[in-house]
Amino acid sequence: MARALINVPSKAKRGEIIEIKALVSHPMETGYRTGPDGGLVPRDIISRFLCTYNGEEIFSADLFPAIAANPFLSFTTVATESGRIAFRWIDDKGQAHLETAEIVVE
Amino acid sequence: MSGLPNRKLRNAGIAGALGLGAALALAPEALPQERRSGFEFMSRESQVLQQDDTSNPGMLWVAEGEALWSARTGASGRTCADCHGDAAVSMKGVAARYPVYFAEQSRPIDLQGRINICREVNQNATPLPYESRELLALAAFIGKQSRGMPITAGDDQRLEPFRALGQELYERRQGQLNFSCANCHDDHWGRKLASSVIPQSHPTGYPLYRLEWQSVGSLQRRFRNCMVGVRAEPYPFGSPEYVNLELFLMTRARGMPLETPAIRP
Repeated sequence: MARALINVPSKAKRGEIIEIKALVSHPMETGYRTGPDGGLVPRDIISRFLCTYNGEEIFSADLFPAIAANPFLSFTTVATESGRIAFRWIDDKGQAHLETAEIVVE
Repeated sequence: MSGLPNRKLRNAGIAGALGLGAALALAPEALPQERRSGFEFMSRESQVLQQDDTSNPGMLWVAEGEALWSARTGASGRTCADCHGDAAVSMKGVAARYPVYFAEQSRPIDLQGRINICREVNQNATPLPYESRELLALAAFIGKQSRGMPITAGDDQRLEPFRALGQELYERRQGQLNFSCANCHDDHWGRKLASSVIPQSHPTGYPLYRLEWQSVGSLQRRFRNCMVGVRAEPYPFGSPEYVNLELFLMTRARGMPLETPAIRP
């Protein structure tokens, strides 16, 4: 199952502002809906999303039940050096996910 | 946007057709030059969401379908790619011509039905249930290969009786509210039902991501929505009535570009 579609430019000039987009596959179950048996469906949302650039945090977000399924996060950063951009997120089931993308800065 | 000018225009067009003695005026459906995809009735924000693959959530299903395309399945241990090769080549234009006539069973089948026949016959695998994530993912991946291509469904003459059945279903009043599909989608397109714009019901982007569903769904799921809406009893998934209706709508939408995976509100 596709967990996420990460979009990072593969090449950038030093000092350039780059846009990073992450589309994460997740049901974002609110915890307020009832299931077929009439009981509440347990909440299962991504509670925290974090992005690091060569180990340094450049973006993080707390997510809440009102956010739709398959959240789309878009942000910018300055391309400083070649390396790895890592995306981590954790949901209510305690499942941690990691996706990475490489960038070459010239 | 008010639907009234559209309606006037259309009525003028029908009056013109009658003047020429054409017998086409039984169903006041949109004339070919004024056919509009549901895309055009959406907000600009939703249109942008569909057009940018990096933000279109339907692409999550396409990516999953791409993985399934080359995954070994069933007792045969074969992948889709083992027979069909590169989907970008072999599946180009395929979704645009479905539903097609399936001669072995003398009936039309839709793309999802075709995928399941392939699984059973060629892969010795169990058919995937309708609306399962895997089946939607494969259909979205195959559909994506025809994106932008004109719809060519309904070429085969053997399909004609089934298309006619589909049209009959489209125009038949049903349910406690006693509405036919045509009562809204032909007579009142462009106007509003509650806060939603009524589109012309051209199935140009299925399977598509509906914001209301927060998921990708098939045209059959959409049919069931409308049937429940008029308080009719929906047919079960995979029933021939849905395939006939899809055939009628796809034939009517011939020439319109395929948008899979589309976004709809």
